[in-house]
Amino acid sequence: MNLNDKISDKAPARIGFYICHCGTNIAGALDVPAVRDYVAKMPGVIVARDYKYMCSDPGQELLGKDITEHKLNRIVVASCSPLLHENTFRKALEKAGLNPFYFQMVNIREHVAWVHTDKPGATRKAKDLCSAAVRRVKFHKFLEKKKVPYHPDVLVVGAGIAGIQAALTMANAGKKVYLVEREPSIGGHMAMFDKTFPTLDCAACILTPKMSAVKSHPNITLWTYSEVAKTEGSAGNFKVTVKRKPRYVKEELCVGCNDCIDNCVFKEPKFADEFNMGLGKRKPVYMPFPQATPHVALIDAETCLHFKTGKCKQSCAEACDRKAIDFNQKEEIKEIQVGTLLLATGFEVFDAAKDPYYGYGVHPGVYTSLEIERLVNASGPTNGEIVLRDGRKPKSVGIIHCVGSRDAKTNKWCSRVCCMYSLKLAHLIKEHTGAEVYNFYIDMRTPGKMYEEFYDRLLEEGVHFVRGRVSEVSDFAMSPEEEGKLILRAEDTLAGFVRRVPVDMVVLSTGLTPKKDSQTVARLFNIGRSPEGFFQERHPKLAPVNTFTDGIFIAGCCQGPKDIPDTVAQAGAAAAEALALIDKAYIELEPDTAFVVEDTCSGCKSCVPLCPYTAVSFDEVKKKAVINETLCKGCGTCVAACPSGSIKQNLFEDEQIFSEIEGVLTND
Amino acid sequence: MTKEQKRGGVPLPLTHVDGTVPTLIKTRKRDEWQPRIVAFFCNWCTYTAADLAGVSRMKYAPNARVIRVMCSGRVDPQFILEAFAKGADGVLMGGCHPGDCHYSEGNYKALRRAKLLKRFLKDMCVEEDRFRLEWISGAEGEKVKLVIDEMVEKVRKLGPLNLPGRFADWDSEISVLEEKICAKEEKEGAAHHG
Repeated sequence: MNLNDKISDKAPARIGFYICHCGTNIAGALDVPAVRDYVAKMPGVIVARDYKYMCSDPGQELLGKDITEHKLNRIVVASCSPLLHENTFRKALEKAGLNPFYFQMVNIREHVAWVHTDKPGATRKAKDLCSAAVRRVKFHKFLEKKKVPYHPDVLVVGAGIAGIQAALTMANAGKKVYLVEREPSIGGHMAMFDKTFPTLDCAACILTPKMSAVKSHPNITLWTYSEVAKTEGSAGNFKVTVKRKPRYVKEELCVGCNDCIDNCVFKEPKFADEFNMGLGKRKPVYMPFPQATPHVALIDAETCLHFKTGKCKQSCAEACDRKAIDFNQKEEIKEIQVGTLLLATGFEVFDAAKDPYYGYGVHPGVYTSLEIERLVNASGPTNGEIVLRDGRKPKSVGIIHCVGSRDAKTNKWCSRVCCMYSLKLAHLIKEHTGAEVYNFYIDMRTPGKMYEEFYDRLLEEGVHFVRGRVSEVSDFAMSPEEEGKLILRAEDTLAGFVRRVPVDMVVLSTGLTPKKDSQTVARLFNIGRSPEGFFQERHPKLAPVNTFTDGIFIAGCCQGPKDIPDTVAQAGAAAAEALALIDKAYIELEPDTAFVVEDTCSGCKSCVPLCPYTAVSFDEVKKKAVINETLCKGCGTCVAACPSGSIKQNLFEDEQIFSEIEGVLTND
Repeated sequence: MTKEQKRGGVPLPLTHVDGTVPTLIKTRKRDEWQPRIVAFFCNWCTYTAADLAGVSRMKYAPNARVIRVMCSGRVDPQFILEAFAKGADGVLMGGCHPGDCHYSEGNYKALRRAKLLKRFLKDMCVEEDRFRLEWISGAEGEKVKLVIDEMVEKVRKLGPLNLPGRFADWDSEISVLEEKICAKEEKEGAAHHG
């Protein structure tokens, strides 16, 4: 800070006030000239203008011209939210040679124009808010943004298709990527699918090359069966603790030959296989699925005889030539330093048992869509045969759309993919079994390239479509042809009567929901969630992969339901945003940190324990509190707590806030 | 009848003990009165929620004036008292939900202070409904609308708080007392000396 800057802090304020019409967004809801004239009369205001679009280039130039011509040293712009355009105007000030922090923004669009219908009331509120800003800006000080180096490494959490795509993109750009996956193999939900709509290309065929690319990429460190336990720090400098669960098989030694599995003391697979939705069985030592990446077996301690009784002869370990099995493996803690976090933690499928009237878990003939995906799949529990639990081939199948979607009783949102995957499953079921397939839908939603055409194809293939929500699935036969069948009851809203459709198999097209632990994960990374529990993007349209925490990005279904093309596109976008930060190599920090006024600090230490970042310490020699500027995140908690008012926060000094309080209250 | 009498105060010249005239903040006539609420919103959750309410074009009462702070932990109880002292009829404080604070635990500090302040305000005869602390996440635009509308209605029922006016009244009451005491002392002093 040089002498001139200090003088300009103290120099009499020459304020420029600008109120934006935002087309008719603001001008239509409040009396803009009245606000302008009101502010023009306030002491210190040299220029007061209104303009159609302040954020436009001419708007910013107007501001710059006035700064030079009228020697303005403080600027107030009343327009939209500072979260949207504060930086735009700060840059305009900078361009005109004024410190960007001699600026205050008034939010009269989101907080006034868009939310009030009472024009005089809105105008009064706008006047109050502008008056507060004009008073406040006089106390603004010369400040500088601090630059800190940005760590180039990235952590991607979740290795479904979103995480895989993002990790590969960044690794290909030469960045070091840590990819952490909770499950024993990467691939996520996509690895469970048989075909993908609308092209019907095999999911494994397009996914597995990417999975092996991840495994073999020199820039990617892959940690499966691992979870993030803790994150500290901020954009550019995160310290992350990753917990690696023991898989009791040494990853670096195992070649995935399956000898251990073949020689397990359990001769037959006995335990429900997670990957096949419990439709198949596995042994305690198992390979999650044939294409699992890394191709390494693991032992489930819950079911393994050795861990349960300690009396197993450990034939699996004997069978392993490479001595990869290690019953003493312990949980491993890894600490890494990264600059960027990219979350692609995915979704959970709606629990169909929550809609009891569809009889999932009651009638054995009722399946979820994901179970059917596994049944259709050639590497699934039935080797691709669509058969009922009793081994019969279904002659008729009913597919119920919107289970756990568009339903006030469960989830309100449309899960976006169910219509399309129901069509795909209808096609596959018809192809595999020749059964009559009935789709029960509310609306057919097929927006996407070649999606509607796929629907047309299904109509031509002779799949039946009934427009109506199924009210119940029962086994209560009312006629001989309904005997032994599951009966779907639904009002056909196009035909105008209630249908009873007897079928052998029912498929519930379950929707996509947030992960059960999405709140815990959101807190772990300090990001927000939407009311339904998906991660909150910074802006629904203009910052869809950013979060409110700098340096943390989201991609895929953890942000909201979406199909594979959208997920891949979003993952690429998130990777690009991350790369933009990394390649800049530094990050500018908002100068809203706190500092101690040593003269008045009494050394009471009230502030020291309050800081969650341990930025406040006590200087035993001087007997004063000291704030470490690089650790301070600028929350201001210590400022509010200081009994002698000796801690100040840049941009939020007491005088500034008091003058705002006065400003909003002292007008007519 | 003077304005002060209408308010039920004492009709005496409004002077401080030292003889200076207090800066009275003009109060509106009762029929024109609209509740004035000062709202301290944290940048990350509640302010964003208010932005979301705007983007979603939700409609609510225009009585709250939002002052943005980075964290509800920054809200010094003095800000709230100052707002009341300067003529606010209600003060609303908004922060992130417990556990969701952008700064880990600033909202807990805010809660602690708010609880203590509530007791203090009660002792000062400021009705409970005039001060409210709410947790509103960035996704809860609807809650901003509900909370502000509800608070405006409650404060409207309570009527103006008019602390600036009350302060003036109290000041004048004190000066009357002072005068009386001084007069008495003078008299006693004169009698004593006499």
